[in-house]
Amino acid sequence: MTNAISVRGLVKSYGPSKKAGQRIHAVRGIDLEVHTGEIFALLGPNGAGKTSTIEILEGYRSRDSGELRVLGEDPATTNLPLWRNRVGIVLQSTKDGADLSVQEILAHFAQYYSNPRDVDEVIESVGLQEKRHARGEHLSGGQRRRLDVALGIIGNPELLFLDEPTTGFDPEARRSFWELIRTLRSAGTTILMSTHYLDEAEALADRVAVMNHGVIVDCATPDRLGGRDRERVNIRWRESGSLHQELTDTPTEFLRALSARISGEIPELSVSRPSLEEIYLQMIGGQE
Amino acid sequence: MSKQPGVLAIGFTRGALEIKQFIRQRESVVFTLLFPILLLLIFGAVFKDEIAPEVTFSQYFVAGMIASGLVNTGFQQLAITIPMERDDGTLKRLRGTPAPTASYFIGKVILVFVSMFVQVALLLAFGVALYGISLPTTPERWLTFTWVMLLGIGSSTILGIAFSVVPKSGRGASAVVSPIVIILQFFSGVFFVFTQLPTWMQNVAALFPLKWLTQGMRSVFLPDSFATQEVAQSWEHGKTALILTAWLIAGFFIAIKTFRWERS
Repeated sequence: MTNAISVRGLVKSYGPSKKAGQRIHAVRGIDLEVHTGEIFALLGPNGAGKTSTIEILEGYRSRDSGELRVLGEDPATTNLPLWRNRVGIVLQSTKDGADLSVQEILAHFAQYYSNPRDVDEVIESVGLQEKRHARGEHLSGGQRRRLDVALGIIGNPELLFLDEPTTGFDPEARRSFWELIRTLRSAGTTILMSTHYLDEAEALADRVAVMNHGVIVDCATPDRLGGRDRERVNIRWRESGSLHQELTDTPTEFLRALSARISGEIPELSVSRPSLEEIYLQMIGGQE
Repeated sequence: MSKQPGVLAIGFTRGALEIKQFIRQRESVVFTLLFPILLLLIFGAVFKDEIAPEVTFSQYFVAGMIASGLVNTGFQQLAITIPMERDDGTLKRLRGTPAPTASYFIGKVILVFVSMFVQVALLLAFGVALYGISLPTTPERWLTFTWVMLLGIGSSTILGIAFSVVPKSGRGASAVVSPIVIILQFFSGVFFVFTQLPTWMQNVAALFPLKWLTQGMRSVFLPDSFATQEVAQSWEHGKTALILTAWLIAGFFIAIKTFRWERS
């Protein structure tokens, strides 16, 4: 399996001087691998170092130390225009292009790339057909974000960065946005996204890393994050008129005993593992 | 895969986009194109005397207005709009594409060039129609006009880009930039006859491009007999070209070195 991104021991701090205590250690030695063709989500609270990490990978920021390969190049030393020709970047919210129409902005940016996608096709893929001739200033928040994504993919990138892509979306808009991202993956685009939303990471990502205080707390598939697959299972049911609850490592055995005890359907039965959100909050809380 | 577009190709694309965006901001179009004409009308109404034989104040003023138009359209406009583009994310987005920095600069030069062309054409048309401004008649003078314009557009644009790092935000940019331009205009002989200004003011003005641009434009629009009334008793073309080129080169290196794509 090839890696679109590989990171070893990445460190980044900001601040007025090298004096200890005055500098903010945004990224404190992280390792990361994003496989070619996958959707990788970076989760974490505000100030965890997600944006710093992503902006270093995007070539926006320098790093203090660490090894970095993004599409086989080091963004700090590579020929940036050539490398950026292969990369798409969707930043956090911007307000540029207010005086230009969706069609005009995309047609313009397409001219920066050696092998751009068809403008109409991109407009359709983000669902902005109706707004083709609307100016940037007349788009809603969700439409604006779709335009951002359209600009991110107009150059037909091998690797797409998405920084908190659905902040401010209504649930329906988020669902159709997810569909768009999945379509991109099936077309072979590698995607690194950061998000606040756990359901988003769970719905989209092949693998998830949780960052907190500048380090990666865990990195796994969404169903295994934080030992979620090994956590005790919560079983609830109604028996003799009252609700019961049991946390168990052996749910199958427990259910067998339960169904032997109660004839027919077990009333109000539910069997659940902890949600990603519960696991996540444990991980973040454990770091405080 | 086809070849990646070059610096110039993207630069021209950016120039076309800059012009399109400029035209759509109606206030700035009106300000840039009509303000010089408005000033000409006001000053033309106030000062009706000749300042030298066959030289009306309007004739003198038109030279100054073209020169200060260069500073307004290039330096002032860019030093205000670039911080706005930094605030609204235009610059950060551009930085994330294959478009080279130089292409962005080229786009700005094209924008300034085109708006200067229209501005000067309008100003001269009004000047000729209303105040009997006489246009240069010899090829030499048009040649002088051309190189002063080109050096003016180049240096003013590049210095505007260089100065764009000074304002902390787009909202405050105008308050930082405009006073500098207005003071320079007073010091450089745009609103007054330069030689009537105090010597210290003349000396300060001589450090900056605007004084040389106004003097260069006077050499285009005023009779040669007027040259003797300049500070050096000549048009000083060599010195003008040298100083403007020096500012152009210095501005270029400062801009390349210090240009900021994001708010700090």
